[in-house]
Amino acid sequence: MDAGEPIIRVEGVTAGYEDRTILENISFDVRRGEVFVILGGSGCGKSTLLKHMIGLYPVHRGHVYIDGADIVTADGDARGAILRKFGVMYQSGALFGSMTLLENVRLPLEAFTQLDMEQMDLLARMKLDLVGLVQFTGHLPNEISGGMQKRAAIARAMALDPQILFLDEPSAGLDPITSAELDALIRRLADNLGVTFVIVTHELASIYAIADRVIMLDKRVKGIIAEGDPRRLRDESADPYVRQFFHREAEVAAA
Amino acid sequence: MSIAALAVSETSDGRRVLALSGRLVADTIPAVWRDALRAVREAGARPVVVDAAGVDYCDGAGIALLVDLLRQPHTAPVEVENLKPAYNALLRQFDPHALDHDLDPEQPRRPAIEEIGRNTMIVLRDMRVQVEFLGQATAALFGAIRHPSTIRWRDVGVVCERAGVDALPIVCLISFLLGLILAFQSAIPMKQFGAEIFVADLIGLSMLRELGALMTAILLAGRSGAAFAAEIGTMRVNQEIDALTTMGLDPVKFLVTTRVIAAVLMIPLLTLFADLVGLLGGALTMQSFGIPFVTFMHEIDSIVRFQDFMAGWIKSFVFALLIAGIGCLRGLQTGAGASAVGDAATRAVVSGIVLIVIVDGVFAVLYFLLDI
Repeated sequence: MDAGEPIIRVEGVTAGYEDRTILENISFDVRRGEVFVILGGSGCGKSTLLKHMIGLYPVHRGHVYIDGADIVTADGDARGAILRKFGVMYQSGALFGSMTLLENVRLPLEAFTQLDMEQMDLLARMKLDLVGLVQFTGHLPNEISGGMQKRAAIARAMALDPQILFLDEPSAGLDPITSAELDALIRRLADNLGVTFVIVTHELASIYAIADRVIMLDKRVKGIIAEGDPRRLRDESADPYVRQFFHREAEVAAA
Repeated sequence: MSIAALAVSETSDGRRVLALSGRLVADTIPAVWRDALRAVREAGARPVVVDAAGVDYCDGAGIALLVDLLRQPHTAPVEVENLKPAYNALLRQFDPHALDHDLDPEQPRRPAIEEIGRNTMIVLRDMRVQVEFLGQATAALFGAIRHPSTIRWRDVGVVCERAGVDALPIVCLISFLLGLILAFQSAIPMKQFGAEIFVADLIGLSMLRELGALMTAILLAGRSGAAFAAEIGTMRVNQEIDALTTMGLDPVKFLVTTRVIAAVLMIPLLTLFADLVGLLGGALTMQSFGIPFVTFMHEIDSIVRFQDFMAGWIKSFVFALLIAGIGCLRGLQTGAGASAVGDAATRAVVSGIVLIVIVDGVFAVLYFLLDI
């Protein structure tokens, strides 16, 4: 496992919705085993970028290579192989409402492994234990709170121990303690298992705690305005908008 | 090495050693897992050591295997040795015995008699809710009629178009076929007696008194009742209903009144079309049996009274109230979860049709008593 080698390569991606371009010609790499954070103001295309990276929406132009394979052009079995390399947690959790938490987490295991039911149960329960939900394995998603649904969704995304985890706003709506526990979990998985994280968030505390590298998107340039270590960006960036973002200022001080 | 392997051996001091090696991931371990569990069980009273020195890589599934071995009921201790520190940190996150049993309380099983009682109460409560809702909707409707400026007429127009104008083709198609088939099926036996002309009476009376209103109502219960329930149900799921309530807007007034008004305006109109097109269907069939159009119409004119037509048409107003009302009620009652909206739409159609049939029966008795 070579740390530092790119595991995701985004090349010249132009993307958006049918009549509206949101991101124009952006390129960046995510290195194996790092915690990579995409940030930016509301409406700058963070979630859109994420959805294009996981192949949910077709890009207008460009390529997204995941572990060397292009998700833009792949189809059939090749696409299935790429999809198995990563897990995704959606903003709303997107748990299946008719299944208990245990069944939700077990579903990918049932579909893609040959483990016995008992073993899958143990594995699913361990994933739920990691996010602090082992007492709720038999609950349906609508019987637990929104923050808990989110944590269960992370457990489901981790079910198959993918090399890459995409998390869309994981700590939004969580209390500070749970949010800090989640940060610790992310760091532990990255450090001990070499899992790569791509996270969309704007929780500054969380960014400083976990991020190895960030990119910052801006809707005015429809692309990346800053890239690098979050602390260095906060202290050294020349761009007033970036500084403003990291210092949580409402307006740019008069230049 | 891309597979997982297990070697079982005994040491001279009586310990059983399970040497795991290779990649412990979900794809590679199912067989190893089973063998390892068996080896622990067969160890009897001997201490068991899991030697993980040969493990190259171990993900969550591999950790689960180790946890499973540690939590086995075994008289002597089970220990994991030589696991790489990074994986050891992952293993230490779990308390093997906390994962033993499901901490979730099980749903208590109730005796059958209690289930019957509970379900009866649910049905009774639902009837009560329907009556309450009827009152609420009526109050809202009369309030709206007294102050017509408070009605959102633009919304009424939109609902009229979707529930009325857009439904015209299907209503016409069904009633045309109904008239056609009814005439054809009754004309064949009638022909044996040379009584084809009386088919016109049959079509005229049954379409105008009964089938025109009934078929339109059932179609609209499926089409618009379900749509109302799904629309309002989705609003419920998205907390839009809560938003209305906290803004001080009554959801019944805001959402239900417009739909009920639109349905009451449109369904009787659609019933008129259904009556007319049904008669046309009958007339077309009778032409092929040698009865000209004029004769057919004249026969109907002589036998069907105006009050027969009114008897059918008045029902359509009541059906309209029922369809729109029950559709909105089921929408407002929507629960949580992905299947809730579907359930609401299903219940709207089922309750709608049941109510239509019941009310139609009540009308039949009423007309009989009043000799209409």
